[in-house]
Amino acid sequence: MDILAQQLVNGLVLGSIYALVALGYTMVYGILELINFAHGEVTMIGAMVALTVIGALLGVFPQLPGLVVVLGGVLVAIPACMLLGFGIEKVAYRPLRHAPRLAPLITAIGMSIVLQNAAMLVWGRQYVSFPPLLPQGRYVILGAQITDLQIFIVLLSFTIMGGLWLLVERSRLGRAMRATAQSREVAQLMGVNVDRIVSLTFIVGSGLAAVAGVMVSAYYGLAHYYMGFMLGLKAFSAAVLGGIGNIVGAMLGGLLLGIIEALGAGYIGDLTGGFLGSHYQDVFAFFVLITVLVFRPSGLLGERVANRA
Amino acid sequence: MSLLAVRGLRVAYGGIQAVRGIDLDIAQGELVCLIGPNGAGKSSTLRGLMGLVGHEGQVHFDGACLTGRATHEIATRGIALVPEGRGIFGRLTVAENLAMGAYSRRDHAAIRVDMAHVHALFPRLEERRDQLAGTLSGGEQQMLAIARALMGRPRLLLLDEPSMGLAPLMVRRIYETVTTVAREGVTILLVEQNAHLALRISQRAYVMESGSISLSGNSPELAMDTRIRAAYLGE
Repeated sequence: MDILAQQLVNGLVLGSIYALVALGYTMVYGILELINFAHGEVTMIGAMVALTVIGALLGVFPQLPGLVVVLGGVLVAIPACMLLGFGIEKVAYRPLRHAPRLAPLITAIGMSIVLQNAAMLVWGRQYVSFPPLLPQGRYVILGAQITDLQIFIVLLSFTIMGGLWLLVERSRLGRAMRATAQSREVAQLMGVNVDRIVSLTFIVGSGLAAVAGVMVSAYYGLAHYYMGFMLGLKAFSAAVLGGIGNIVGAMLGGLLLGIIEALGAGYIGDLTGGFLGSHYQDVFAFFVLITVLVFRPSGLLGERVANRA
Repeated sequence: MSLLAVRGLRVAYGGIQAVRGIDLDIAQGELVCLIGPNGAGKSSTLRGLMGLVGHEGQVHFDGACLTGRATHEIATRGIALVPEGRGIFGRLTVAENLAMGAYSRRDHAAIRVDMAHVHALFPRLEERRDQLAGTLSGGEQQMLAIARALMGRPRLLLLDEPSMGLAPLMVRRIYETVTTVAREGVTILLVEQNAHLALRISQRAYVMESGSISLSGNSPELAMDTRIRAAYLGE
């Protein structure tokens, strides 16, 4: 019972981070039918930029409260990642808008490698640690230990997802995004500047990635130039699980994937008689990805392609 | 002074010339039709005018040159195309589709007036305003596509085969509405394969064949023309 409750909590925390990253994949796919494989790296850059700012703030103003320092890091990381996402689309995808679909997929992977290496040159190969600036409270609820940070991550992530849902479903910009996702051509006939909508989609997704990057590095206490790779693949799996292109699907897929992964890691030792340990955690995301692709390629909430207008 | 003046419009896909240098003139307030057989280049003409396909030639609208402009700019300047196959946003609601029609407008009070107006023209759309547009029947979707175009207060409305795939009763209703809209002062260029219908409601007509204009003139006269009667009216 204790393991179950604990792993559900851990899964919810991880899942709400995956969901934020998965939203970036799914929004871009919805509009361009492109998998932006560099999105995981945007998350990593977000963490790195935030940690750099946090380090600088601590050096210059050692008296500042921890929460303010972290907030400062996040507030710089978000616009930095937005700018990066905007640039990635301009450089790697826009020139290939009318090229065969394989071409932007290759530049996506290329962009991902470029960003990893650039980050390695700037921040080095070492793990960068996240200083203990955040409240460290711990509570035991129903046998599960819950930290302040976990509560904070889940609340912030759900707030952001709620805000994004409102943006997409209720605002003029969101309506134009959904219209563009259905038909770029007809959206243009309505006077929508599709290039602008595409840029804004990358900007919004990258902002979410920045927040997720800071959350991950705060949660694990470190960041690394390679961290975006696995996080990106898992978030992509989450987006596919929820139904790629579907915004609520990405939220649901992220949460589910986090929970599946945590439960899998919690019980894999028991299930295999101790043969496999919890370090096999990463296997579950890909097990889920393959299962979804085989049995329900459209994902949990994805629409059948025939439904498209 | 025409509202729309087209000179030497050419549209090519790869090496194939779909439109081979045509001239069109439409005056403010006119209802003009462009008729011709399947594959004559009628839809390509409209797509060229909207900048949806690469084209050569001069397009002047209300004194401004539109050649080479992006589609969204042309739309914002007051030309609305109701595309072949209607192009409604199936996963948006009826109300959201109509709101998309008014996307480039900021005059919220006037938008509400126009919304009431299209609801009066098409009461069915008001009944179904919160329904996903993809669940509407073909005729209702065509109504929605026209209503959505009107929400932009276009100065020129381009209609591409509004009768396509609809039952005769629905075709009649759509055409009654087109006539009503024209009478309210909207300039219309109507593309139709159904020459009979188009010639009946329009004032002037262009006949297009293999990418060129083969005949043009007043619709009532063209409707009596023996060549037209033989080729398009099945007589």
